[in-house]
Amino acid sequence: MVAFWILAPVMVICALGILFTRKAVHCALLLAIVMVSLAVLYAVQDAPFLFAVQIIVYTGAILMLFLFVLMLVGVDASDSLVETIRGQRVIASLVGLAFALLLVLGVAQVGFSSVAGLDSANAEGNVPAIAKILFTRYVFAFEVTSALLITAALGAMVLAHRERLTPKLGQADAAAQRLRDFADHGKHLGPLPPPGTFARHNAVDTPALRPDGTPEPTSVPAVLTARGTVRTAPAYEVQRSSEELPDPATEPVGGSKDGV
Amino acid sequence: MTLHALAAGPVVDPTSASGVFSLLWLVIALPAAGALVLLLGGKRTDRWGHWLGVGTVAVSFVISLVLFFSLLGRDESDRSIGQHLWTWFSAGDYKVGLDLLYDPLSALFLMLITGVGGLIHVYSVGYMEHDPRRRRFFGYLNLFVAAMLTLVLGGDYVVVFLGWEGVGLASYLLIGFWQYKDSAAFAAKKAFVVNRVGDIGMALGVGLLFATFGTTSFAGVSKLAPQASGATLTAIGFLLLLAACGKSAQFPLHTWLLDAMEGPTPVSALIHAATMVTAGVYLITRSNFIFELAPHARTGVAVIGCITLLLGAIIGCAKDDIKKTLAGSTMSQIGYMILASGLGVAGYAFAIFHLLTHGFFKANMFLGAGSVMHGMEDDVDMRHYGALRKAMPVTFLTFAMGYLAIIGFPGFSGFWSKDKIIETAFENNTIVGLCALIGAGITGFYMTRLMLMTWFTDKRWRENVHPHESPAVMTGPLVVLAALSVLGGLLLLGDWIVDWLSPVVGEHPEGHLAIPGIVLSLIVLVVVAVGIATAWFFVGRNEVPDVAPQRVSPVTRAARAELYGDAFYDAVLVRPGERGAGHMVTFDHSVVDGAAEGLGRSFNGLSGGLRLLQNGYVRSYALSLLGGAALVVAALLVVNI
Amino acid sequence: MPVTPFIVLSALLFSIGAVGVLVRRNAIVIFMCVELMLNASNLALVTFARVNGNLDGQIAAFFVMVVAAAEVVVGLAIIMTIFRTRRSASVDDASLLKY
Repeated sequence: MVAFWILAPVMVICALGILFTRKAVHCALLLAIVMVSLAVLYAVQDAPFLFAVQIIVYTGAILMLFLFVLMLVGVDASDSLVETIRGQRVIASLVGLAFALLLVLGVAQVGFSSVAGLDSANAEGNVPAIAKILFTRYVFAFEVTSALLITAALGAMVLAHRERLTPKLGQADAAAQRLRDFADHGKHLGPLPPPGTFARHNAVDTPALRPDGTPEPTSVPAVLTARGTVRTAPAYEVQRSSEELPDPATEPVGGSKDGV
Repeated sequence: MTLHALAAGPVVDPTSASGVFSLLWLVIALPAAGALVLLLGGKRTDRWGHWLGVGTVAVSFVISLVLFFSLLGRDESDRSIGQHLWTWFSAGDYKVGLDLLYDPLSALFLMLITGVGGLIHVYSVGYMEHDPRRRRFFGYLNLFVAAMLTLVLGGDYVVVFLGWEGVGLASYLLIGFWQYKDSAAFAAKKAFVVNRVGDIGMALGVGLLFATFGTTSFAGVSKLAPQASGATLTAIGFLLLLAACGKSAQFPLHTWLLDAMEGPTPVSALIHAATMVTAGVYLITRSNFIFELAPHARTGVAVIGCITLLLGAIIGCAKDDIKKTLAGSTMSQIGYMILASGLGVAGYAFAIFHLLTHGFFKANMFLGAGSVMHGMEDDVDMRHYGALRKAMPVTFLTFAMGYLAIIGFPGFSGFWSKDKIIETAFENNTIVGLCALIGAGITGFYMTRLMLMTWFTDKRWRENVHPHESPAVMTGPLVVLAALSVLGGLLLLGDWIVDWLSPVVGEHPEGHLAIPGIVLSLIVLVVVAVGIATAWFFVGRNEVPDVAPQRVSPVTRAARAELYGDAFYDAVLVRPGERGAGHMVTFDHSVVDGAAEGLGRSFNGLSGGLRLLQNGYVRSYALSLLGGAALVVAALLVVNI
Repeated sequence: MPVTPFIVLSALLFSIGAVGVLVRRNAIVIFMCVELMLNASNLALVTFARVNGNLDGQIAAFFVMVVAAAEVVVGLAIIMTIFRTRRSASVDDASLLKY
């Protein structure tokens, strides 16, 4: 019971946090806390099998799937907090509150005077007992779930599948294409400039600098540009860099005073 | 059976068919089957369909002949044969069997319909040769023949009614056969609507028969008729008269017949001259056991006949359209028949006699007119004819036979039949007789006018019209019909037809005229001669104007306007009807549609408001879901507490 | 060990999840809230198993987990597809199916 009183507030607060957190990743993490806590509550209530399943399946598999999709969709895509449907938030809150109140009231009405407890059911261990029921009384439902899972897997594959519309380019084709682009549009033939050349920071979000000190946009990934997280090379750093360089007027570039 | 002739009509008491008479149903079934094959067979039957149409009617005619001669061989009191095919429907004690009744009256009709009908079928093979829908035409013709045979063979008023409506349908289909012509479509509609008025009379009459007698078979009604009250019988009589007026184009329901000439000419000959329009005469003659007991209704019949015979004759005088002139003449001649059948036992036989001879000579003349139109590029205006006797000699000669028959030239069939009617009319009532006499004179006038304008006088042909004689398939029937027009009077030889029909209509003692019959015949001839002379004076002596002169006497103008029958109905029925319909439309648009559409609009608005709930935001839907769940929980709690 | 606190906790978590579905707009977060609701119901099932003294409740919870796994797989695939075409994971953007 101690575990309950410790975990219950945590769970409620985390659940409420899901409602108010902007970032989806944070939501997922809060949900993970709730789920793990639930697993503990299962364990407390004589359900060690479900405890394990909850952690492995829910927290381990399903939640990871969520995170995976979140990464695909874009971690930073967070909700704008402006509500589009008028009154939705207020009404939803009121209805939700009323619903919770009704449920709690209803539950409070019921007196659970006699709690049978699972001691006798779990006499030879929880997992063998569950297995016994699952493979006898519920065996048909169990078999049907296999069909359900296969269908779901197939469905996911069909939904996620994209038909290739153009033939795949081989290495030779790609090289020929690159040369053709160079001939037609004068597109840069070599690889893209690596980040950080003439830069103070050796990081992907810092553009390379051209010889005149201006940043080279093709040296940072387009995704970062789109997100607006590209660092600019501050002017003073450019200044400092140019000061450190030998004076091009007095000395030839690439040469040394010592003539080494 | 013939003894109680004066008190009431003879009782119809058929013996059941046996031997050759069991073939009776075939007479109807053959044309009906022909119509079925032709109308359902579609294009497959295009190549041989018309010969099938001719064949079925021809075989029917042969059967009719065989039956007729078998009937001749029977004893006079045994000449009424019934054939029960099956029970059509029954309700309680009331049963309507599909019963056929074959007696001397229907025997004559059978031969007229299948005989003249067969000739007209043959003629149509030539006349409709270039019409792409000839097969359908023959299908309709066969349908008509089957319906008409049902009408005259029915042994029950309801079966007669079946045929009655069947011929109405066929008439509608055939008048409007060239339905792409507005005039034909309107004429068909008009004929149908006007006929409907008469049909209501028939339906009410049959209903009243059922209400009074509990049966509608001829046998039952004729047996029970003397027990009914005079007023009821008079009412039935007048209702049947209304029916006859509608079908036979009698005043005041005569207006459709002239327009019906829009149909192909063989149709005009078969339906609107020889057979269908005489159904009214048949109905009255067949119902003699009612009319004998309802003298007021009989007077009504005679009066209607008188009015129509003069009306039709006057209209016939003013028309320039050859078919409309003949149509006016048809009205007039049927007026004679109706008049005769209104004269009671003395007249029925002569009505039927005139019906037969008229069927011959009028069909002959209509087909002749069709032949003329065939040669004149379908022109019907007699002012564009003239001097055609050399161009089409066969048609001319056969037409002349018809002409002599209709004006009552001594020896020709019309002379005998019309003379007998006029004579009987004088026996009955001098005024009626005078009407019939004057009618004969006018007949002489307009028929002579038609003859002169078409066959004699100068050529007034349009350009590019080259009259030519019609092919043999058309002139053949003309020759046969011309022969019948000449020889039809033989039926009266030794009063044969009167004796023949007496089992059906009763026997009448010889009438007594103030003047000898031969003198009256001479008077009639003189009157007709005056008519002919007048026609020659007006038409034959002078040049025929190319267009009808406008400065004419009011009488002529009235006659051209068909004595204002159409104008009267337009003013009294059609225009108020249209106005009423207009008001109903306005009412429908404003009130009915307003209510319906207002309801629709209000729901539309409601839906327009409600559909905003479907805003596409899945979270809104989820909110309503949660709200619903909350309500369910609340309800559960409330119930449990 | 009392039962009611567990059930009340379950109800609270369920309601919070429901409200989360209603107020959040990121499809993935909404999915997480749905998972939270499923977990809340699982807690109730496990608790009731203890009340009844048999393991049927635990089996039910186990099946809920299986179904939830299948649902997440398909749901996330759908979200991926939508994101691929619309460049957005907001459920409000996918609101074309309306009046």
